[in-house]
Amino acid sequence: MKRSRKNQRQSQHHWHAQLRRLLSPRTFLQRHAQVALDSLGRLYRNRVASLMTAAVIAIALAMPAGLYLLLDNLERLSGTWDGQASMSVFLQNSVSASAADRLAKSVREWPEVHSVQLVTPDEALQEFSQRSGFADVLDALDENPLPAVLVVIPASGYTDPAAASALRERFSRLPETALAQLDLQWVQRLAAILDIARRGILITGCLLALAVLLMIGNTIRLEIQNRREEILVTKLIGATNGFVRRPFLYCGLWYGVLGAIIAWLLVETGFWLLSAPVSNLAGLYQSDFHLETLPFQLLWILVMGGMCLGLLGSWLAVGRHLDAIEPT
Amino acid sequence: MIRFTNISKRYPGGYEALSNISFHMEKGAMAFLTGHSGAGKSTLLKLIALIERTTRGQLFLDGQNVSRIGKRRIPYIRRKIGFIFQEHHLLFDRTVFDNVALPLIIAGYRHQEIGRRVRAALDKLGLLKKERLYPITLSGGEQQRVGIARAVVNKPMLLLADEPTGNLDPDLSREIMALFALFNDVGVSVLIASHDIPLIEELDYPALSLEHGRLAGSVVDRE
Ligand SMILES: Nc1ncnc2c1ncn2[C@@H]1O[C@H](COP(=O)(O)OP(=O)(O)OP(=O)(O)O)[C@@H](O)[C@H]1O
Ligand SMILES: [Mg+2]
Repeated sequence: MKRSRKNQRQSQHHWHAQLRRLLSPRTFLQRHAQVALDSLGRLYRNRVASLMTAAVIAIALAMPAGLYLLLDNLERLSGTWDGQASMSVFLQNSVSASAADRLAKSVREWPEVHSVQLVTPDEALQEFSQRSGFADVLDALDENPLPAVLVVIPASGYTDPAAASALRERFSRLPETALAQLDLQWVQRLAAILDIARRGILITGCLLALAVLLMIGNTIRLEIQNRREEILVTKLIGATNGFVRRPFLYCGLWYGVLGAIIAWLLVETGFWLLSAPVSNLAGLYQSDFHLETLPFQLLWILVMGGMCLGLLGSWLAVGRHLDAIEPT
Repeated sequence: MIRFTNISKRYPGGYEALSNISFHMEKGAMAFLTGHSGAGKSTLLKLIALIERTTRGQLFLDGQNVSRIGKRRIPYIRRKIGFIFQEHHLLFDRTVFDNVALPLIIAGYRHQEIGRRVRAALDKLGLLKKERLYPITLSGGEQQRVGIARAVVNKPMLLLADEPTGNLDPDLSREIMALFALFNDVGVSVLIASHDIPLIEELDYPALSLEHGRLAGSVVDRE
């Protein structure tokens, strides 16, 4: 009787100590850090296999990230032209030089017009032969085939697609006009194409994220099978499901992070390889456009995404396969 | 400490390994569990550690009815019990030290505390020099002792041993039994399954005897 009361007190004390230990933040963090490092060490010990898995994850992450960045750059490109959408009004060949001059003057007074530049047929010819290298052919012609052109910049407030279209209509109705062309059109088309591309990338991104999820899930499933004995033994001596789950969750998390870092390297390398030819091409169009990747922002987003996918993938695998392993 | 009331255990195949078992083992007691091979000794110990669940009857541990306890609470019960398994259940990809440390890691002990306790347990079992070795390089008896060290390192209130001397020579067996008696002296309840009848008779502890899943012979405290 005496002994049992003493034991009871002992066991109560035991429980209090246990509770304190479990709730102490230092041991909590210590334990998580320990498990995280253990999982990383395990990946390192099988580094070839781990690296291959991480590489597959990286490719799946790099694809949508790279495509999205390209798209972002293209949008930036179209954005730079958006503000100065111009209009080319080709005049009839029958319009004389003085009539063209008068027309330009009157158009300049329109409220929706910011500026008008008259390019006479001679000027147009000169520019064309300089730029195109067809100088000899053009010299051989008796007559200048090029019409006079009014290059019109809409006033601010008339640059949006609807107003610009209305202005184009107004020009088309002039008797002197052969053809009024909105240079904005290609911007609009590009925007529409980019819209489709954005959808496409979103869909690809979702599919590839799913692929990453399945990849990590499958890797964790194999890992659970390989460590079946260990899981059984730890459960036998009092491990909670949470304890057993933890290393696998960290394993998935590390795969996601590693994959993200490799994906980042892939994207940055890809853009670096593209940057010289792109700048070159832009130079041909008298543009100082160059590719931008915002490396740190990209790394941050990739790592967060990889971490979430890794955790989710391993969490799904663990939920499906771990509880089934019960000692008998 | 342990109370069985009309407990039966039927395995999924339909075989009834234990039939209508009732007994009570006091807190702080030490007892043996004997019987022929297949009598149900391992089954009885597994029921106590909630590795197998009772089919019928009530099981009390430390005054608590655990017959229908939920899965989530089982780990916390198991931590209060040290189990020495008949088939060792050591992890062969970890060192002796890491094997013995496992219960402490599970319970969330501090790093320094783990080192101290593991070395104390290994010292008691004469394994201090082997802490860096892998279990595969140890003899059968040494592996058995690693299993014992792992069972006692957490200072459990109940120690269950399934054939703990199965692979040991008589001298070592006696030493191990003396060690169990030592644990018992500091208040740990001990239940040992064994068919080493000579050794059991040598020692002055009560014995439960199983025969084809039924309780027979001398009993700790029959109800
Ligand atoms: N998981 C199981 N499924 C079905 N039957 C089982 C299972 N485990 C044990 N048994 C049966 O229950 C009976 C008792 O087994 P148990 O392992 O408890 O015997 P034991 O007394 O420990 O024998 P030993 O001295 O050989 O270890 C045996 O007939 C065995 O075939
Ligand atoms: Mg047995």
